[in-house]
Parts: sequence; C-alpha cells; structure tokens
Amino acid sequence: MKFNVSNEEVFASTGGRPFDKNKPLIIFIHGSGLTHMCWVLQTRYFAFHGYSVLALDLPGHGLSAGKSLTSVEEMADWINGVIDAVGFNQASLVGHSQGCLVAIECASRYPNKIKTLSLMGGAGAIPMNPELLALAENSDPKAVDLMMDFAHGPSGHFGGHPVPGLYHLNTGSMLVQSKEIKDTLGVDFRACENYTNGFEAAKKLDLPTLSILADKDRMCRLKDGQKLADHIKGSEVHVIKNCGHMMLLEEADQTLAILKKFILDKYPII
Amino acid sequence: MDPKTYKFDTLSLHAGYQPDKNGGSRQVPIYQTTSYLFDDVDHAAALFNLERGGHIYSRISNPTVGVLEERVAALEGGTAAIATSSGMAAIFLAIMTLCESGDHIVASSQVYGGTANLLRLTLPKFGINTTFVKPRDTEGFQKAIKENTKCIFGELLGNPGNELMNMPEVADIAHNAGIPLMIDSTYQTPYLCKPFDFGADIVVHSLTKWMAGHGSSMAGIIVEGGKFNWMQNDKFPSLTKEYEGYHGLSFAEEFGPVAFTMKARAEGMRDFGPCLSPQNAWNVMQGIETLSVRMEKHCANAEKMVEYLMAHESVAWVSHPSAPDHPDYELAKKILPKGRGSMIAFGIKGGKEAGTAFINNVKLASHLANVGDTRTLVIHPASATHSQMDEATLKFAGLSQDMIRLSVGIEDIDDIKNDFEDGFRAAKKPKLVANK
Repeated sequence: MKFNVSNEEVFASTGGRPFDKNKPLIIFIHGSGLTHMCWVLQTRYFAFHGYSVLALDLPGHGLSAGKSLTSVEEMADWINGVIDAVGFNQASLVGHSQGCLVAIECASRYPNKIKTLSLMGGAGAIPMNPELLALAENSDPKAVDLMMDFAHGPSGHFGGHPVPGLYHLNTGSMLVQSKEIKDTLGVDFRACENYTNGFEAAKKLDLPTLSILADKDRMCRLKDGQKLADHIKGSEVHVIKNCGHMMLLEEADQTLAILKKFILDKYPII
Repeated sequence: MDPKTYKFDTLSLHAGYQPDKNGGSRQVPIYQTTSYLFDDVDHAAALFNLERGGHIYSRISNPTVGVLEERVAALEGGTAAIATSSGMAAIFLAIMTLCESGDHIVASSQVYGGTANLLRLTLPKFGINTTFVKPRDTEGFQKAIKENTKCIFGELLGNPGNELMNMPEVADIAHNAGIPLMIDSTYQTPYLCKPFDFGADIVVHSLTKWMAGHGSSMAGIIVEGGKFNWMQNDKFPSLTKEYEGYHGLSFAEEFGPVAFTMKARAEGMRDFGPCLSPQNAWNVMQGIETLSVRMEKHCANAEKMVEYLMAHESVAWVSHPSAPDHPDYELAKKILPKGRGSMIAFGIKGGKEAGTAFINNVKLASHLANVGDTRTLVIHPASATHSQMDEATLKFAGLSQDMIRLSVGIEDIDDIKNDFEDGFRAAKKPKLVANK
C-alpha cells in the first residue's frame, strides 16, 4: 500500500491482506540497503492472523519515493510519522540489523506509542569496516558482494532457501542493487557508523523486548547482540544456531516461530 | 578484502544443499513422493497462503528438485530458478508466465526446430504471435518490436547454424523498449557464459543436454536474473497487478527480484503442471557435478574437430565460432571466453545424398536427435530436427540440405576422426557403399 509521510510517497507491503485500522499494527523495519521484501516469510503470517502489517520501504529504498534518510535519529522520527500517517496511535516494531537501531531509538523517543520491540541481528552500535563503507559510498558492487558474504551463514552460502528455487546470495544482492548503491547502502552504512546513542536509548526502554540472535552472525556478532539485550530491562533472548545475520530468511521458520510466540503473548489481538 | 563466497566449481557440487539438514546424507536424497504432511491445519493454510516456504505437492515443488533449482540459480548468477520436465516445457512455461493472449514476441530465427514450431505454429493458437529476426540482424530486433511485444527471445548460439546473437546490444534494445531478454543458453551452460552478465533477464535451459551431460534424463529450467523492473510500465499486469489466484497478491510488489519465478510456480506449475521428477533432477545433478571438466574436454575436442574438418577435402564449409573465418569470431571471444561450445555445423560436398551416406556410415558417432551428450552425435537437420520446415523457412533459419550438425563428445579425438574418415569415404561414392 502507498501513503504519504512528510509529503513523500511511502510503500509498505501489508503482507498480502488488506490494511485494517481495527487490527493491531506491526511495523517491520529492514536493514541497510534492503527493502520490505526481506520480511516476506514473517509478514504474511501476521497479516493472515489478525494483525495489520506494514513492511516498510524506507525513503529512497525499494518502492518508496524520496531520498534516503541520513541518520538513525531521522529514521526513528520517520517511523513515528508512519504510525501517525496510517491513523494509529500505537504499534509494535520489528527490526533487522540497522532496523534494530531505528527501532530502539524510536521506542526511546516515543515510549507511549511503541508497545513491543523485536530485534533481529541487532547490536547497540554497528561500526562499519572503513573499506566496506568506502566501497558502498562509491557504488562499488563489491560492497554488495562483501555484504552478502558477511551477512549469510551456512544456509546462505550453500543454499537451502525455505522457498523452493530461491538462492539467498543472489536474491539479497539484487535487492540491494535495485537502487543506486551509494544512495541506499552507502547512506545507510554511514548512518550506522555515525549512530552512537544505541546503548543510551536501550537503557531507557521499558517495554517487552525480544532479541533474536544468530551464532554465526558476522555483521552483528552474537556477543554484540547479547550486549544490547543486557542493556534492555527484561529483554528476552533467543539464539539460532548455525545461522548468519540474515536469520529472517536463512532460518525463516525458526525466526517466525520465536516471533509468533512473543507477539501473540505480549501484543495479543484483543 | 575480497568476498569469500563459493566459486563455480564448488557451487557445482554443493549449492542448494546442506547434509546436516538431511540426516547427514552426503548425497542429495531423492524425495520420491507426491506430497508432504502438514503439521496441522494452520501449517497447511500457511503453505497455501505463501506465508512460509515449504512443499505441498511435487507438481509445485519437491525437495530434490529444489536443490537442482538452487544449484543452477547459483551457477547462473540468478536469484531463483524453476525446473521443468524438459527444455521445451521451460520455454513454454516462461512464455506463458510473461504473455497473455494478444501479445507478441520477437525471436531469433535460428532456434531449435521444436522451439520454432512452438513460436510459429502452436502459440498463435493461444493468441501469441512471433516475428522472427535473423540472429545477426541486431537492428532487425529493434524494428520488429511492437506495442504488444513482451519479450525478445533467442538462442545465444543458434541451433544449428552457430550464428551468434549480439546479446549485449539486443539486451539494450529490449530494455529500451521496457521488455526482458530471454535467452536459451543450453549450448553454452553457465560454465561458458552467464547471460545475466550480458544483459539477459531470463535464462532457459534444456538441462537434458550438457548440464546433465550423459544422455540419460530429460529436464529443463528457467532462471531469473532478478534485475528486470516489472513495474516500470504497464506491460506485465499479471505480475504487477493484484492476482485473483492468491488473495490479490502482486508478485512484483511482494517478491521483487524473484517475482517471475514465484508466478511461474504459483500459477504455471499449478495450472499447467510441467514438473520435473525427483529422479531426473538427481540424475541432472550428477552431471552438473562434473560440468567444468566435461565442458573443457568438449570444447577442446570441438576445436580439434574444427581444424580437422576445415582441412578436409570432403568438407565444403565449417561453422563454429572458434574458426577465425567465422563472422562472429571476435564477438564470441568476448562472450564465450572459456570456449565456444561443442556444436559444429558443416557442409559436406555432395549435398544431401553425401550427407545421408556419411551419417549412415559413421559407427562411433551416434545418429540421434539430441545434443550435449558425452558421446559424439550427428544428425542431418533438414531431414530430422527441422523437417517440418519448408525450403524457404529452412533457408531463413540458416539451414541447408548439405548441413550436418555435430555435437562433439569427449571420446579420444583420434577415434572420432577415424570414424569420420569412414563416413567421408562412404560419402564420396554413396551409391557404391552399402548403408549400415
């Protein structure tokens, strides 16, 4: 579905069901350079089971108009704008990687609006490898190749996609390259590099929070995800074994099962 | 800093499969089953609603076939693939996923006879018409595009004449018109050429040929490049608009770089059903494991045969892109740097009569309607694979009555040459030498 935030058109997948203002809202926030499509194996379940779902394309990404936002703080405010734009006064947030930074910043700024947080492959800070950052800011496709390598564990590298016939590395690569690399991945990586408020934001949180981490994550390592979780009061942590950073695709069923249990318990349909 | 993703030879053996998720079985198991248990009603609904991945019924997908699909997608550099019961099934499924009644295709005139018949005679029954253009006539592709054209289709190296389509230029023409380029890359395999690197958007294969390699199993596949933007215009409403068959799903919005494959499976496999058997998928994977080493030997033998044929007194002409006098020699070096394939077309002095005697008197080379076997194969296209064509159509397709199509195998090169000597000897005096 399309709607406007700050006079720019936004695209969000509603998970294959019509958007319904009478159902609880879950917002999915993608990682650096990606789009709403990385959430397809989570969103459709919730959309078909009583929730209103928005898997967003951040500004300048995927099918959303405008330019990429340059800081995590701007993205957090923009998420607040999304909630207003679709006529809700509260939502649950699900973030992946950079989306986790956005989610914790947003929840710390708008504590009355955000009801639960689900963080996948998150960390309190995501400092970038300088070479990778430079490649992305120069639109070098090698940045995407490196990202695909770092972001995937055994399932990604060997294959075995949960959806028959899909190949992880090339699908991820094409998602990132659907727009000019420097305008999406480059801007996002710089925003991650510059964001320093993660642990402070995390300390302020007082809401049900779930962290799904992976033991083979090379983008946001397990110990970094655990450190973030340790800063969030009462955070629930699940570790998926033999899995990389793209757990939402590499181990989609496990990820969905953990997320389902958490959301249905902490953010039930009334 | 370089990515440490697996390379071609490794992917040929491993892509798409993890033993520890399959009971430790080192070899890919053959899931010889029609259907798959649902955990409960919710699980069944989730699979039918595309909420989660998994298998429902082997017409739609199968775990063994799925490994093959991922493996070929990985080798081609594609986002996704869908395997079919044959190469022709792949071409039909790809076209029916793209086109509606009233649509139009621009195709190379030099394609396999079965493909030519599909485009020329069968698809018009579904309201889909084709304009044929000679593969070297790059401007001709541009001129043939109409408002309702939905793709350009061609074989990179045309069957059987070995004319090379200028894929990068034809891709630009297609993309400027807002339509995809579909390439049948059977002759090349991804070892020799990855068409996505040269602008193709959809690749189809008859896996029956070099990919499987051993002449044992029929199979085909469609591979999606993932770059084509289906939403750039209104030409592909079945991909971009709400689809009644899946609760108003828009494939392009929901699945982006894998939209074409998702539609081909959700609609095409469901409604047409040209699925691949798991046994044949497994057989094809045995072939793919040795693709690199076989293709090197195929190409090396082919180049030796080109030299031999060009120097032979009984041969009127030879067409293979490794020959310096081939019109596409330079282009082939760019597009096919690792080898120019193992298909050779040559004309035998004495025309059809000599050709018939030649084919009837070789013993090692097998006379049959296939290519890409490990064994050397020969055929006279005008009387076999392209026999449904009249004289004018044959000429437009680049065929002549003296043409012999040779698929060079990986036998000892001296044995192949010796066998051909017997054939040429018989061809010199066809009426005096008894046919086999």
